[in-house]
Amino acid sequence: MTEITFREAITRGLEEAIEADESVFIMGEDIGEYGGAYSVTKGFIEKYGEKRIKDTPISEAAFVGAGVGAASAGLRPVVELMSISFSLVAFDQIVNMAANLRYMSGGQIKVPMVIRAPTGAGVQLGATHSQSFETWLSEVPGMYCACPSNPADALGLLRTAIKSDNPVIFAEHSHLYGSRGDVPEDYYEIPFGEARIDRVGSDLTLVSYGYGVHILREAADAMAEDGIDAEIVDLRSLSPIDYPTVVASVQKTGRAVMLDTARRNGGAMAEIVSEVQERVMDWLDGPIVRVGAKDVPWPYNRGLEQDILPNAEDVVAAAMRVITF
Amino acid sequence: MEQTEKPRITATGLVRPVSNGPAPVSQSNNGFDASRVPVLSESLDDSELFRMYRLMLLIRRFEETCGQHYSLGNIRGFLHLYIGQEATGIGAITPLEARDYIVTHYRDHGHAIARGLDTNRIMAEMFGKNTGLSKGKGGSMHIFDAPQRFMGGHAIVGAQLPLAAGIALAQQYMETDVVTMVFFGDGATNQGTFHETLNLASVWQLPVIFFMENNLYGMGSAVGRVRHRGSDFSDAMGAYDVDVVSVDGMDVLAVREATQAAIDQVRAHGSPIFIEAKTFRFVGHSFADPGDQYRDRSEVDLWRRRDPLVTYPKRLLEYGVVTESDLDDLSASVDAEIEAAVEFAMNSPNPDMSEAFDDVYA
Repeated sequence: MTEITFREAITRGLEEAIEADESVFIMGEDIGEYGGAYSVTKGFIEKYGEKRIKDTPISEAAFVGAGVGAASAGLRPVVELMSISFSLVAFDQIVNMAANLRYMSGGQIKVPMVIRAPTGAGVQLGATHSQSFETWLSEVPGMYCACPSNPADALGLLRTAIKSDNPVIFAEHSHLYGSRGDVPEDYYEIPFGEARIDRVGSDLTLVSYGYGVHILREAADAMAEDGIDAEIVDLRSLSPIDYPTVVASVQKTGRAVMLDTARRNGGAMAEIVSEVQERVMDWLDGPIVRVGAKDVPWPYNRGLEQDILPNAEDVVAAAMRVITF
Repeated sequence: MEQTEKPRITATGLVRPVSNGPAPVSQSNNGFDASRVPVLSESLDDSELFRMYRLMLLIRRFEETCGQHYSLGNIRGFLHLYIGQEATGIGAITPLEARDYIVTHYRDHGHAIARGLDTNRIMAEMFGKNTGLSKGKGGSMHIFDAPQRFMGGHAIVGAQLPLAAGIALAQQYMETDVVTMVFFGDGATNQGTFHETLNLASVWQLPVIFFMENNLYGMGSAVGRVRHRGSDFSDAMGAYDVDVVSVDGMDVLAVREATQAAIDQVRAHGSPIFIEAKTFRFVGHSFADPGDQYRDRSEVDLWRRRDPLVTYPKRLLEYGVVTESDLDDLSASVDAEIEAAVEFAMNSPNPDMSEAFDDVYA
């Protein structure tokens, strides 16, 4: 095991792929000479050249669509959106081209393409730059959505993403880039749709993904002081969702709280709660409760933004509602 | 980036008079330069000239037949017919090689036929059958044949432009000499993807031909009502330093000559070219549109007088490429092909319900 940052894990995954496969190339805004808005691809253009590392104009629709075209013609592009908020400008290309192309061609075309995108709120960027559209994009059939919470998962999932013959949304919460964690020395991949039990517990199940897992850990620590033993399920991908693991955990504990770092209304957990309660109603000792960001646009002011964001206290409060039901 | 010297293309410069045969007769003039007299090409032999007419007639009859089966309820959804624009599609696609890529818009049956795709399987797709090119999952607007490098049939206006740029990028990356041709209408020029893709293709010098079929109406909106400078695209590409070729889209040989030159240039130099073919659909935007709400009958009639299905065979007769009896035989053979395609489509099974879940993921 080696301890590296989340950023270094993504960098390593990209470098491995570029070096192993001639058909892999990276494109996006300011990923080359600038080194990437979050420095993930720093030094890449010097090391791998302009053919493999392509700086694009600020034209999300064009370069996402060009990624789909390149993928459909046999390459394996890794396209970086500077923020998942900017996916809005390329939504048609992501949904109608990347995801729908295979189906509407009767399976004739494959689109082996990764769209990496920093996601999440919390750094006072206001309404346009703070969104978490992995929750929208994970609903679209024909593509996968991975959302790692730690360096080891980031590397394992990125390896799977780049090798996949399908389009993958790879959502990286911006709070995580500097976070550290152990990464195995030996090569490994993590398949999509395999959740991870982040913490074993018996009293209730906490479910989230990405940065949300870190909020759950804080909440679980707080609850442990009160003698409540929480289990944490890290989904690792929002498409597909590993229902068997979530269901097994909820059957064991009889209680669940699910956390979105995106808006609670229409968030990913709304779907998961609905599906899980259908499967485990007989095991439940209380309602499955969702926690998420409040249903307003993201404000700039720090106090307001922190108030909108879900935190560990919100999770504990929700847990208490379930436990005392 | 250093620019390599490349020839500039003009459509008129590419139309060469043939040395034998009578002097060609100019067609009626709808704002086109009358000095550009349509002539037969020296570079095309009689069999190719005849093949082009066969494909043209095949498109017309295919489209008319689709209209009938739409009325009968055998074809549903939206049906956008290519009637009137045949000379453009044939002139543009027949000079492409098998290794070249085509990306197009939702008015795509004509392009599919021009590419030589299996008429049975195109018709079966219209009927939603599982023998269709897209197994009945695409429909009229989403015709694909990847082995023939026919990459759709795209139904969001202008969305196909970035896709084509990406296919061209892959060719540049893999160092092939494959050309990618992308079709779009005048309406697509007002989409953001139009600007974005032209800029991208120019900055990266991508081997792509932007082929605009300017049929003067984006659905019901005359181009002059919705585009600053209307149909004048002459300076529009200046910002991207992309060569512009304007061609009479009703003259199949003019389109073919201009396109062939563009293909040669793109293949040799790898930089983008913009072709504008002025054409006209004789029918409505889709089968739901009678096509007479937003344009005068007289305008439609004027264009109908330049119907390539009338003018082109007339020229072939004048030049002795075909005889009346050849044309009769051809007509019968095309009818038989369409009839067989309909029969194939009618007799093909619907997709099994389980197939709804296939082809979502690779």
